[in-house]
Amino acid sequence: MPGESLTVDHVAVDYGTLRVLQDVSLDVAPGEFIALLGASGCGKTTLLRAISGFVKVASGRILLSGQDITSAPPDKRQMAMVFQSYALWPHMTAAQNIGYGLKLRKVPRAEISRRVDEMLALLGLEGFGERSVTKLSGGQRQRVALGRALAIGPRILLLDEPLSNLDARIRQSVRHEIKALQAQLGITAIHVTHDREEAMVMADRIAILDAGNVAQLGSPEEVYNRPVSPFVAAFMGADNEIRLRVERRNGEIHIPASDHNDAAVLLDGESANGDGVHVVGPGCGDVVAHFRGEAATLIAAGERPPGGLVLRGRVRQMSYPGGIYRYAVDVGDRRFMVDDPRRIEVGESVGISLPAAALHLYPAELGRHEVAEE
Amino acid sequence: MNRSLQLWLAFGWIGFALLPWYVADRGFWSFGWLGSGAPFSSDAGSALFLGLLHEPTWLLFLAVPLLAPLAVLGRERSDPVFARTLILSGAVGFAYVFLQGFTIGIDGWEFPGLEALFGPTDLRQAGMGYGAILAAATFLFLLTTGIAAKGAINGDRFVVGSIGLIVAAVAIFIFFPVFRILISALQDNDGAFAVRVFFEKLFDRRIWGVGCLGGGVRCGVAWNSFLLAVLTGLSSTILGLVFAVIATRTRFRAKRLLRVLTMLPIITPPFVIGLAIILLFGRAGLVSQFLWDVIGLRPTRWIFGLPGIWFAQTLAFTPIAFLVLIGVVEGVSPSMEEAAQTLRAGRWRTLSSISFPLIRPGLANAFLLGFIESLADFGNPLVLGGNYDVMSTEIFFAIVGAQNDQGRAAVLAIVLLFFTLSAFLAQRLWLGRKSYTTVTGKGDSGRPLRLPPALTAGLYGVALPWAALTVVIYVIIMFGGFVELLGRNNSLTLRHFIDTFGITRGQFGLVFSGLAWNSFFTTIWIAAVSAPLTAGIGLLTAYILVRQRFFGKGVFEFGTMLSFAIPGTVIGVSYVLAFNVPPIELTGTGVILIISFVFRNMPVGVRAGMASMSQIDKSLDEASLTLGANSFTTVRKVILPLLRPAIFAALVFSFVRAMTALSAVIFLVSAKYDMATSFIIGRVENGDFGQAIAYSAVLILVMMVVILLLQVAVGRRQIHRREDVQGNALEGLAG
Repeated sequence: MPGESLTVDHVAVDYGTLRVLQDVSLDVAPGEFIALLGASGCGKTTLLRAISGFVKVASGRILLSGQDITSAPPDKRQMAMVFQSYALWPHMTAAQNIGYGLKLRKVPRAEISRRVDEMLALLGLEGFGERSVTKLSGGQRQRVALGRALAIGPRILLLDEPLSNLDARIRQSVRHEIKALQAQLGITAIHVTHDREEAMVMADRIAILDAGNVAQLGSPEEVYNRPVSPFVAAFMGADNEIRLRVERRNGEIHIPASDHNDAAVLLDGESANGDGVHVVGPGCGDVVAHFRGEAATLIAAGERPPGGLVLRGRVRQMSYPGGIYRYAVDVGDRRFMVDDPRRIEVGESVGISLPAAALHLYPAELGRHEVAEE
Repeated sequence: MNRSLQLWLAFGWIGFALLPWYVADRGFWSFGWLGSGAPFSSDAGSALFLGLLHEPTWLLFLAVPLLAPLAVLGRERSDPVFARTLILSGAVGFAYVFLQGFTIGIDGWEFPGLEALFGPTDLRQAGMGYGAILAAATFLFLLTTGIAAKGAINGDRFVVGSIGLIVAAVAIFIFFPVFRILISALQDNDGAFAVRVFFEKLFDRRIWGVGCLGGGVRCGVAWNSFLLAVLTGLSSTILGLVFAVIATRTRFRAKRLLRVLTMLPIITPPFVIGLAIILLFGRAGLVSQFLWDVIGLRPTRWIFGLPGIWFAQTLAFTPIAFLVLIGVVEGVSPSMEEAAQTLRAGRWRTLSSISFPLIRPGLANAFLLGFIESLADFGNPLVLGGNYDVMSTEIFFAIVGAQNDQGRAAVLAIVLLFFTLSAFLAQRLWLGRKSYTTVTGKGDSGRPLRLPPALTAGLYGVALPWAALTVVIYVIIMFGGFVELLGRNNSLTLRHFIDTFGITRGQFGLVFSGLAWNSFFTTIWIAAVSAPLTAGIGLLTAYILVRQRFFGKGVFEFGTMLSFAIPGTVIGVSYVLAFNVPPIELTGTGVILIISFVFRNMPVGVRAGMASMSQIDKSLDEASLTLGANSFTTVRKVILPLLRPAIFAALVFSFVRAMTALSAVIFLVSAKYDMATSFIIGRVENGDFGQAIAYSAVLILVMMVVILLLQVAVGRRQIHRREDVQGNALEGLAG
């Protein structure tokens, strides 16, 4: 089953007078697994529903292997969707649910039952075919829903948060199952999720949506290591932010000392091949630096490690989520969340040590949701 | 691809060229025209041959909108020419069918202006027949297919077609008759427009007089109706609330019995309670006689008039208020009350400051429902009215009485309509936004507040006597038929049943010799035909309202629910006025009875469907659509099987309501098509209480049996929560 390409070309969607998708473009290669990632209300489900045909597109085009399907009704698009609620029909058995699409296509009965058995085997549901879907567990229902979608050999597989109703433990293994199945079948898939880790694990590329726009589209490494905007950085976990005044010269970033930080000279990521600071924009003057709590370490008040930036503050809260301690550290009037394996008492003065590679710099005048001009 | 279009065009041509264009005199279901020279003769000719061989040459124009679509049959659906041709042909054809019908009537020009313009004419038209109906349906389909091809509702022909069908049906059978009343009210008895006469009639002292306030002269019927409706609304709401609180908040044992009691009024013809009240409290009533014998209280006619009607209506409508309020009281989440109690509010304080405000919109809703029902009630005032005239009966007497004043009937109908529509609008617009009680779907733990003991005692004190009275009433109804004449001569007899439902052995085998058989069989068949039609159009409307989004949906919803607010008497008058003459000539047929039931009971089907359908997650349809099923297949394979409880509820209610309806029916029955309820009323007016009550008991039993049979036939849905779904469907009906 060769995958098909999908092109979303400057698509906008309105709900009444509210524009929920601004101007979204997306090119999906044949056989690719794309995750649409974003907080609730960002437009990711709307985009999926526009692709499936349930939502009317206000402007722009949607192409399936070069063919314009923008105004085709959902039943003519030959896509299949797996729903968050599974949407299994309670008046049919598992086998009837899976075979429904084939029956609509007037496939002969013997062929249907062969294909359904094949699908049940593929999903590890042998012997469950005659069960009523109301008598299946959540994980089994989820697989029947997947089987129902895959049985018709859809041109595109659409996954609308299919894992969010599963137990956390089952979810881990189902992620890999779905990904493996999709790769094995070579089918193009679009997956909507608000779970960052799920998107990272499953997708070839991730489109991060923000307020109806694609904030960044790239491989999991790209969106994690090189977020293009403060929003993406924060969304991908680099949600500690501090304002700094910096200078950029000779492949180095110079940060003068202030009340809250020591002076530092850091490698510029552009020249240092991934080990240096990730700089977006000109990289001088007022910038906002983003970093992940787990990329920092806490050091004693007097300690001065070589390289990296050190912020000076005081521990205000401590918690133990397991394996490491999580500290809330106040630096001036700002509070940072930092992980550290050692136990430090609340009230102690500490330094937050940030290696150059942990820092993402964005121009300070840049809005949170804007992307800097290169 | 265009198979259905080809099929419909074929239908259109059959309707145009082969079937008789005008209605056959012998009735809708008679096929005598087959032998009378169809399609060429002048009395059974098709439009084509009538136009070619006889007078109505203007019918030939219809060939144009039937030919034009043939030219685009080969084109793609996405081709704008295809869409435009279909829309134009459909709209022109549909409009032309009706315009020509309304322009040239049974006596030539229908509008005086035309005569001035074109001179007098000999042209005559009878009502529309099969050919016209089929042609109109074809044009409607062409129009909706064209609109769908233009891209409306994702190009879904099934949905656009359904919307078109419902809009056309509602326009013809609800809006047109009501509009016809307005016209009638503006005309004097010779058909000329007379605005002054209209205002004289509208502000007649017999309608608005307030003489009763000063003592002496009687008040106008409008005030009589209004006072009665307010009283009934209040009393049924209070009693309904008492029962709802008992059912949900106390440890009352026989809660299931309460639920059963609420089903009773649904299967009770509206005037039967009035009848039972006469047999109990009338001058010769059981209770009156008993009081006379024991304490020497001389029986009077006090029950005839406001007290009796109010009493009967309260008995009849309390269960409706109960059904509405039980949902409202259950909707008050125990955790809200617990939240108040943790803040140190006592029981009374919690009830008055939290629970009561939460149910207040529900109370207003129940009141308005009782108000509307009371205004629309015809049977009880007819039986118990005495000298207390109300609008629904006045309308009836204006038409059938010695006066036969259609203008006065129309004016009264407008006033009545004004009252009920105002209440209906208040309910939809004002209360629609005020419901606080939300069901989140998540289990709400927590126990409902225990009521203060004094309150519980008070509730029982009101409820138990009332329930006992209801039971007594139904005992009278079920067994009164076995007594010679209740109150006067209490000897047991089967005479009434033999008179009404006797079967004797005649010359040619068994003969249904009882008086009631004719109306009984007519009633069963009319109800049996109208029930699936009502359920079908109601559920289709519900599907469109719940699942589709389109421009003008609010208006569409309002239009389909409107007939709920139109009292039966108004419908009856309006049908008499609108469908007595061509182009739509239906009076005296069984069809008009079926149509009146379908459109009067349609809101019931819509509510049942909407209540159940909103419980079915939309993704269940969407999953089917993405797999390639069109919306029609999705409705058939996914939604209908899941809607079984709603189908059941809609079938039962439309059947039962068709059997118990009186107000609209009494205008529309004919010698050939008499209905059970109008027959019974006839018995009551003759003073044959025994026969009337015997017949009523039989009707109630038959309805119970039918409900059971339907329940077996439609089956119950085999998934969990089915009870909830069914319960909701029923509550949807009540609300």
